[in-house]
Amino acid sequence: MDDTLLLDAIERYKKGEMTPEEKTFFDELRKNNPDIDQMAVEHTFFLNELERLGERKLFKHTLDEVENTLVNEGIIAKKQLKSKAKIVYLWNRYRRTIAVAACIAAIVSIGTAVLVTIYSDKKKENNITWLKGQIEKTKEDVAQLKKQATLPSAPFITKKQFNPTFRATGFLIDISGYIATSAHVINNANNLVIENKKGEQFIAIPVYVNKNSDLAILKVTDTSFKRNNILPYSIPKNTAELGEQIFTLGYPREEVVYGEGYLSAKSGYSGDTTSYQISISVNPGNSGGPVINKNGEVIGIISSKETNADGVVFAIKSKNIYKALEEIKTSESIKLPSVATIKGIDRVHQIKKIEDCVFMVKGN
Amino acid sequence: MNILEQEQLLLQGLAANDKKAVETIYRENYLTIQSFIVKNNGYPDDARDIFQEAMIVLYEKVTSGSFELTCQIKTYLYSVCRRLWLKRLQQMQRYNPSAESIDEVVSVEEELDAHEKRNADLIVMENALNKIGEPCKSLLEAYYLQKKSMPEIAEFFGYTNADNAKTQKYKCLVRLKKIFFAQYKNGG
Repeated sequence: MDDTLLLDAIERYKKGEMTPEEKTFFDELRKNNPDIDQMAVEHTFFLNELERLGERKLFKHTLDEVENTLVNEGIIAKKQLKSKAKIVYLWNRYRRTIAVAACIAAIVSIGTAVLVTIYSDKKKENNITWLKGQIEKTKEDVAQLKKQATLPSAPFITKKQFNPTFRATGFLIDISGYIATSAHVINNANNLVIENKKGEQFIAIPVYVNKNSDLAILKVTDTSFKRNNILPYSIPKNTAELGEQIFTLGYPREEVVYGEGYLSAKSGYSGDTTSYQISISVNPGNSGGPVINKNGEVIGIISSKETNADGVVFAIKSKNIYKALEEIKTSESIKLPSVATIKGIDRVHQIKKIEDCVFMVKGN
Repeated sequence: MNILEQEQLLLQGLAANDKKAVETIYRENYLTIQSFIVKNNGYPDDARDIFQEAMIVLYEKVTSGSFELTCQIKTYLYSVCRRLWLKRLQQMQRYNPSAESIDEVVSVEEELDAHEKRNADLIVMENALNKIGEPCKSLLEAYYLQKKSMPEIAEFFGYTNADNAKTQKYKCLVRLKKIFFAQYKNGG
């Protein structure tokens, strides 16, 4: 008996379509032949499953029809439109809770804002001093300058006419003429020049100013600017270690001044993690100066000092320079020095090499 | 006619897939279930799903032949819906213990387990049907699901006669069986 015939027989047997003789024959066959019996059992189970699927589908169809009738009569709510109706439903359900939550949120945020304003801002203003050196000036000079000066990059300003009102420090981060300094230094400055230790001045313009991190990057626009061959220090991305010996070069006066100290904390004023606390003797004018360790790595930039304590100075971390470059990479292509050539030589020689890369930043 | 006899009639109608009977059961019970679900962290849409599922459970029970009415339809449906909904809340991790109320319920645990097993089996069958492709799928559905006669099928599918259609049907059936048991024995 071939398979198709057998299957047909099983189906007819199952439906009760067989004649009594056929049925007896088939029962006999199953009894004597376990394989056929097994097949009959299996096939019956399979057919039952298949039929049940059919019944289930028909019943589901009836259910849907009934549901539709009741929806049309308004007894069952229409399927909710996913977005708007659901929001309205949620709103109706939770509006009291939402109102209470909103009130609490409003009180908390206003309260926090007030407290933050009262405590943090005031404290910062009162307790730290920007290390920007102010230069004595006469009002007449300023007035006269303002007549001539417009933009920092205005080419008609000649250096001779330039009467600066402040002085700070900056250092080269790219030999093609990019200089890092503090943002508070160039705050509102109309004109900027940089001056090397020989007294030569070059006009510069700010290309990046971030008052939050207190970092600014200037670009020397003067064609007479003589490029250095190579920068003697490197600028690391990682954080410096506590207790590292550090030194700085800067222009608190018209002469370059050397200062020495150590890294005293890995965070700055009020736990500011973008800066270090260093212990070093600095004066107004040191702002923007490089903080260099003994390996010749510029780990930070001098920014401010605590008013009431001596030797508590804050320097922004060198990591900020990388962040700044990331932000201006589309307009300026700056390559930071990655190898310090002054590593391992004595301090006097280190300073001699660095001196050429540290500038006075003047402006008004 | 007392309540029991009326319900007995309704259930007979349900077993026969009678639209009138289904509609009556819907009208008498749906709103109770909906208000239960909405009260317990649900939306009206959830109520529609749950109620349909419960109706299928009831349908399976009455068509299994071993059904005896031990309680009112109302109580039975409520018990099933309640169980189904609590289960779903648990799955969504929004379980709300307040739903453990003292309402009159009957135990439906075993039936729901069986229902889940049946659902899983039916899914295996449906997947197998979807895998065999056309014209096999339509042919088998016409015969086994829609209960059309062989001559009807032969005409509809363009076979020269009923015997040809029958041979084709068996070929398809053998293939379906193979796929079905392969999946079924793998536990779906």
